Amino acid sequence: MAKLIQTEEETLLSEAAHGFLSKSAPVSRLREMRDSGEHSDPALWQEMAAAGWAGVLVPEAAEGSDMGHAAAHVLAREMGRNLTVSPFLSTAVMAATLLRQFSDDSATSKLKQIAVGGLTYALALDETAKFSPDQVELTAQSRGNGYVLNGKKRFVVDGCDADRILVLAKSDAGLCLFDLANKAQGLTQNALKMIDSRDAADLIFDDVEVSGEALLGDPGAGFDVLKPALEAGQAALAAETTGLAEAAFSLTTDYLKERKQFGITIGSFQALQHRAAHLWCEIELTHSAVLNAGRILDETPDQATLAVSVAKARATDTAQKSVQEGVQMHGGIGMTDEFDMGFYMKRARVAAEWLGDYGYHAGLVAQLRGF
Amino acid sequence: MGEVNAGRDHAEFRREVREWLETNCPPEMRDGAAGESSICWGGTTWVFTCDEQKIWLDRCAARGFTVPTWPKAYGGAGLSRDEDKILKQEMQAIGARSPLDSFGIWMLGPALLKFGTEEQKLHYLPPIARGEIRWCQGYSEPGAGSDLAGVQTHAADQGETWLVNGQKIWTSYADRADWIFALLRTNRDAKKHLGISFVLMDMRSPGITTRPIQLISGASPFCETFFENVEVPKTQVVGTIDRGWDVAKYLLTHEREMISNGGNAMGSGRALGAVLTESETGQSDPVLRGDAMRAEVDSLAMAMTLERYKDQAEGGQGVGDASAMLKYMGTELNKTRLELIMATDGADALTWGDTPASSWLRTKANSIEGGTSEVMLSIISRRILNLPG
Ligand SMILES: Cc1cc2nc3c(=O)[nH]c(=O)nc-3n(C[C@H](O)[C@H](O)[C@H](O)COP(=O)(O)OP(=O)(O)OC[C@H]3O[C@@H](n4cnc5c(N)ncnc54)[C@H](O)[C@@H]3O)c2cc1C
Repeated sequence: MAKLIQTEEETLLSEAAHGFLSKSAPVSRLREMRDSGEHSDPALWQEMAAAGWAGVLVPEAAEGSDMGHAAAHVLAREMGRNLTVSPFLSTAVMAATLLRQFSDDSATSKLKQIAVGGLTYALALDETAKFSPDQVELTAQSRGNGYVLNGKKRFVVDGCDADRILVLAKSDAGLCLFDLANKAQGLTQNALKMIDSRDAADLIFDDVEVSGEALLGDPGAGFDVLKPALEAGQAALAAETTGLAEAAFSLTTDYLKERKQFGITIGSFQALQHRAAHLWCEIELTHSAVLNAGRILDETPDQATLAVSVAKARATDTAQKSVQEGVQMHGGIGMTDEFDMGFYMKRARVAAEWLGDYGYHAGLVAQLRGF
Repeated sequence: MGEVNAGRDHAEFRREVREWLETNCPPEMRDGAAGESSICWGGTTWVFTCDEQKIWLDRCAARGFTVPTWPKAYGGAGLSRDEDKILKQEMQAIGARSPLDSFGIWMLGPALLKFGTEEQKLHYLPPIARGEIRWCQGYSEPGAGSDLAGVQTHAADQGETWLVNGQKIWTSYADRADWIFALLRTNRDAKKHLGISFVLMDMRSPGITTRPIQLISGASPFCETFFENVEVPKTQVVGTIDRGWDVAKYLLTHEREMISNGGNAMGSGRALGAVLTESETGQSDPVLRGDAMRAEVDSLAMAMTLERYKDQAEGGQGVGDASAMLKYMGTELNKTRLELIMATDGADALTWGDTPASSWLRTKANSIEGGTSEVMLSIISRRILNLPG
């Protein structure tokens, strides 16, 4: 039985990732990107691909490093600590998990390109302000051997810069999942200026024609094809968010040990000590939930829903607590743009909504636990 | 349990265990461990609630299953942690009761395994495993609660023996226990922590008396315990004389884990989901439902954390100060859970008797016994986060 502790390889991987990211993609890099209006960093993605990160879930047969979900979580957690911007979640985690369900040449060739950093993806899911992936109004009407897509998707993460888009649409046969170029004719990206300074867009589909080959899986089976990818993404996002919570927390405890008021360090006030200690407990529980989700996704992915939802719900909640307490315990400096806490706070809020918020996942947990 | 990483190995062992349970666990002992009244505490004064309770205890003891991970020489089954996990899963699957719950198993046993001499282990551990000797814990005193190192009950050096005088308080089940493990001041000149010894005493020794104290739940497991010129052989000291604090602390980490596990029977009973589904209002009250969801998410994460810490401990990294976290989060969650059950059952829960109220009242002690929540948070801030004290 795989244990809920890091293996030696995972520890090495996290050390390597930590070293690389704190040099190449720390919070200061995100600040730079925000100030210059960039929202993605293709050169960084190339370096990550060279290290095998883009292929973390790509099978070896398609030239990936195939390290598995738990390893992907190790990477995501380090990215969370540094607020690193990359297409890791959409492309390396979700699109790869989705495409590896298929063994045809087209899927294999796409997976190969993902592994070398030559192809990025975005998932176009939500049509309302809240995550509800099976509520689909975007239509797919068959025409010839293909389809015509009409409708809108909102809050598509990586939606401006991704090479390709995975989109769920409603056809006569039921939900269908399509894989199409983001430059397809009739497809418009309206870039969103996000609080976390990352790439997101609303997508408008206006008579977008796709061939029959763009359909992944059987007509009507779109959601089944999508589900493993969604769960992989939710768990990896939980890992990223946990890393974020940990980093914000260590900024806070460092400050508690250094800031003096009334002639003593504020960390010796029990009112603050106990809140910090409580937060640490919350982070520990969340970390366990993320480790557990990683193990289950690697071992018994068809039974992962409960583990994934516990992880995503907990991570969402813990990160919000961590940044809110972080700002509060820093006092005035916590409110300044010059200090990094605000970046953590904004990313935590976006990550809380993406792929299902606390209520969405707690609701799933309740359902699976029989109430 | 599908929720915590279950794995697929050890099929052979699982089959063996399943067969053994099928033949050996009496049907009467498969009621999902019901309430506090179904627990078997053992000891010389124990009255078995039915024949099957004794049969089940004896069979488990013979197989080493009352203390599955202890070495065989001391009455255990020498199981690895994975095997132990499988045993627990299989027992849970048929709703088997725990054959024996005891302070000997949860607290004293681990401390003896670590600090006892070989002679002490062979003498004390097997009877604990067989449920023959019931133990109580003599730590707290009227003036030494959260400030445990302040104990004053004194042991005067008489050469081969100690002469013990003083008073303990909140000693659970002292009136029904055969033996007590206690913290005694053996050196009044040394610094607080450095003059304490960890001593085992026979409760029938002349000079020991107990007096029960009633709890808010109506039960009276609590006692005041008095020592008047009690003679204790020095061979009954565990660990080094005056250094009993090390043993006491080690034991407390086990006590805290046990309490956080709901192992003290206060956590048992119906799952929250089942309570909600069966009730008239549970499903439709949106606030209750929301609170229950939150509690469920947290309980699952807590269960995963217990797994993770056990995995860590098995790899040689002890849980150490993090047991304060398990204790704090586990007991606060347990209180929340019982609050929700009370809210769900409404008026039905409010009468005395076999109602959730007795468990609810009992859980209020969770954040006090074994070190209060405030003390746990202070341990975390000082020892784990290294905040200035
Ligand atoms: C059901 C139950 C069973 C028990 N069984 C046993 C047993 O078998 N054997 C045994 O020896 N003992 C037992 N105890 C005793 C238990 O360990 C003590 O009650 C506990 O350690 C608290 O001590 P106290 O009651 O003296 O409270 P106090 O220490 O007086 O605490 C009072 C309040 O002050 C707070 N406080 C104290 N110091 C601090 C501080 N430094 N910072 C912040 N807050 C502080 C506490 O958190 C608490 O809220 C049991 C208790 C209960 C409730």
